[in-house]
This record gives sequence, structure tokens and C-alpha cells, in this order.
Amino acid sequence: MHELSIAESLIKIISEEMHKHGLRKLLSVQIVYGQISAIVPEALETAFEILTHGTDLAGAQIGITVKPMVVRCQRCGREFSPSHDVRLAPCPDCGEDIGHSIISGRELYIDHIEAE
Amino acid sequence: MKVDVVRNILEANDAVAAELNARFSSLGILALNLMSSPGSGKTTVLERTLTDLKQEFSIAVIEGDCQTENDARRVAATGARAVQINTKGGCHLDSAMVRDACDELGLDGTDILVVENVGNLVCPAEFHVGEDYKVTILSVTEGDDKPEKYPFIFAESRVMILNKIDLLPYVNFNVDRACAFARAVNRDIEIFSVSATTGQGMEDWYAWLRRERAAKQQKK
Repeated sequence: MHELSIAESLIKIISEEMHKHGLRKLLSVQIVYGQISAIVPEALETAFEILTHGTDLAGAQIGITVKPMVVRCQRCGREFSPSHDVRLAPCPDCGEDIGHSIISGRELYIDHIEAE
Repeated sequence: MKVDVVRNILEANDAVAAELNARFSSLGILALNLMSSPGSGKTTVLERTLTDLKQEFSIAVIEGDCQTENDARRVAATGARAVQINTKGGCHLDSAMVRDACDELGLDGTDILVVENVGNLVCPAEFHVGEDYKVTILSVTEGDDKPEKYPFIFAESRVMILNKIDLLPYVNFNVDRACAFARAVNRDIEIFSVSATTGQGMEDWYAWLRRERAAKQQKK
């Protein structure tokens, strides 16, 4: 459900950037989001479509890149992605249970836009 | 034409949250963002805290709910100042909503501000609302793998309150496992095992509140 708020912020930033560069028509926008930030891409696309209907941003392609969750073991430095067969803890190499830092997977930003 | 943007989509929310936090800090207010899934006993933990610390602190509460004002009524019944934000189906509070609620509430004389977020372990974790710390409540009637399933919210939280421990004999919940998963992504998370119904363990949570409130007061 928070995709609607995210789409609103997205539109505000895109409009600012287009204005800054004197652009009128948005062709595409590329978004990067982390796996654990829990965005539903379809919901974001729908929200974007509804909110941009009849504007200069309407009809733009939305590209979404998902960054997987990667954690780094605080003891041995091993980086791993928890999945159905790799647990969040312990570390698959050294067995450390606590303090892994999340180094990827919580991103949420606009990478670039294409417009004319 | 391609334009490299590389901007955080929630930057506007974060900016308002930073302003709010500066305001709370200048007043020496400890601000907490209380989160959990629905039914974890969030409001019950809050009610008990408000009642037990009534003589000690002036605690103000911003209540976020999808519908109804039931929780604000429960909180107000303890004598605490409370404002309800009704999100009308929205899944989280954002910083602008909290700013408006603070204006309505009036912050003068407040020691601790608690923002009780909408019951949800996903969306609220994304939106800072000006808090010093996020506090997430997990209850033993939920799965002990919740911190593994929702690592983001536990990684973001300073405190995990494990509630309803009086029900442990009746449920299949492994406390060590739940705590281990929370610590897997957050080695410094403070964990308090409590029962808001019987009062068991609440004193440790209050000790934390006293300490953090004193720290904010000193930094003012």
C-alpha cells in the first residue's frame, strides 16, 4: 500500500528534474529498490499510471531494478544472501550468529530518467 | 535525453522527519516510533507504560490507525494527551502527518512523545517520522521467525519488546530463536521480554525509557 506514497514522491522528483533540464515529455524512469524494502512493482506501476494520467509524465516506461538482500558477517567478512536454503544466521562460513550488517537490499532511489 | 538523478525517493519525507527531530531535540523530548503487527499488544503496552509512569513523565501520544479512534480513547483514558491520525486505509504514518499532529497536540512540557504507528511490519519501517528510536513489539502469539521474515524493521529498531510472555506455556514460540534472528541483523538491539497484562518485565523497559529520556534532556 505504501506504493502510492512512493509514486507521489517519485512524480515530484521527476517533475523537478525535468523542469531543471527544460524537458517536457517523460519517456522512461529507472528505479532501484532493495528486496527488503518490500515494494510491489506492479502496485508502484499502477499508482504511477493513475497519478500521471493526463500529465506530461503519462505513458512513461517504468524500469525497476531489484537489489537482493546481501549481508556481511561481522566476524569473517563473508558476504551472503539469505534465501530459502541460506539462513540469515548463522554465517555459512564461520557460524557467527549476530551483528551481520545489511550492505544491500534496503535501497530506494531513482537512478535516471529519459525525457525530451 | 538521459538525466542521471540518483535521488532517494523518500527524500521529502526524510527532510520533514529531520526537522521534526531537531524540534524534539531542542525541547529535550525523547521521541519513539512504536511499530508492530496488528494484535501484538502495542496499545496495551502503551497503556500500561502511561499508567505506570504517569507521575514521572509527561508522555504525549500520536495514534495512527487505519480506521476508528478506539486506540486514542484507550490512551486518553490513562490521562495522557493523545491525538489520533486516521490514515483511512493507509498502511503507515509519514512525517508530514506527524508534524500536523504535533501542532495539534502542542509539545510544550512533553518529556516523551510516542508515535504509535499503524499495525504493520513492512511499510512503517520505510518512513521516518522524526523519532530518535524505532521500537518494535513482537508478541509470542506470532511466529518466532518474524525477525527473519521482516529483517528491515528489526534492523532499523533500537528496541524489540517481546510481549505476552505470560502466554509462553501455551504457545510454540522459541524466545532464543526470535532474539537470535533480531540480533543477526542488529547486534545492539535492546530486547525486553514483557507481559503488558501482568506487568512482568516492564520495569526493564521503564529503566531504558528513563535513561534515554535523561540523555535527551542533557543534550538539550
